[in-house]
Amino acid sequence: MNERLFGIHGAALTVRSERMGVIASNIANAATPGYKARDIDFNAALDARLARAKGANSANPEAGMVWRRPTMPSLDGNTVELNHEQVAFAENAVAYSATLSFVQGKVNTITRALKGE
Amino acid sequence: MPDRTPMTLFSMTTRAMSAQMVRMNAATSNLANAGSVSSTEEGAYRPIRAVFAVELDKASGLAGVTTGGLVRAETAPTKRHDPSHPLADKDGFVFEAPVDETAEMVEIMESARQYQNMVQALQTAKQLMLETLRSQ
Repeated sequence: MNERLFGIHGAALTVRSERMGVIASNIANAATPGYKARDIDFNAALDARLARAKGANSANPEAGMVWRRPTMPSLDGNTVELNHEQVAFAENAVAYSATLSFVQGKVNTITRALKGE
Repeated sequence: MPDRTPMTLFSMTTRAMSAQMVRMNAATSNLANAGSVSSTEEGAYRPIRAVFAVELDKASGLAGVTTGGLVRAETAPTKRHDPSHPLADKDGFVFEAPVDETAEMVEIMESARQYQNMVQALQTAKQLMLETLRSQ
């Protein structure tokens, strides 16, 4: 149902929300020794989610999870680079807003159709 | 912890900010004790440092941060010859706390920046969540 109503945008919104959590985790662990920063490859994660919605159970729930490659490795093994994380967070927030407005548009369309305006 | 509520973006941020607070308090204690002297080498103040550890929540995929504890630095206290000092030992030496004020100030600044970063991230996330909730 969700799939038919919102198309790709429902799944995309979930992936964007997950990615926001992952990047926030990186920011939180900016000073943790040995922490390896992670990120979600949006395309891969979205494909996996859509495949799962179609019934492919074999899809890995961790699909699209990638390790961040540091520009300069630090001595304590931490791979968080705050400039990267901040840009990624901002980019993800904008993309989330965009996806949200698509979902809102769909909802508005349906509401208008129901009210018969 | 066995029966813990799943980690949300909010609880994760709270924990991260608490961890930064512990770190900042440790650095402030070090600064406060800079220049304190003792009559024995063992009695001298040693700087403390907060050690962070990752706290991975498998259910939500979020990685929080906790303070794994405080460690005392192994730096030897500065031995200074000052026979007129009331705390001087029989040879006229006092032991000064080995606190590097500059390093502590940098630590506090870095901690404050990371705290700010966390607040900013939380604000953005909260705003997006509210937008999602309010959309009709």
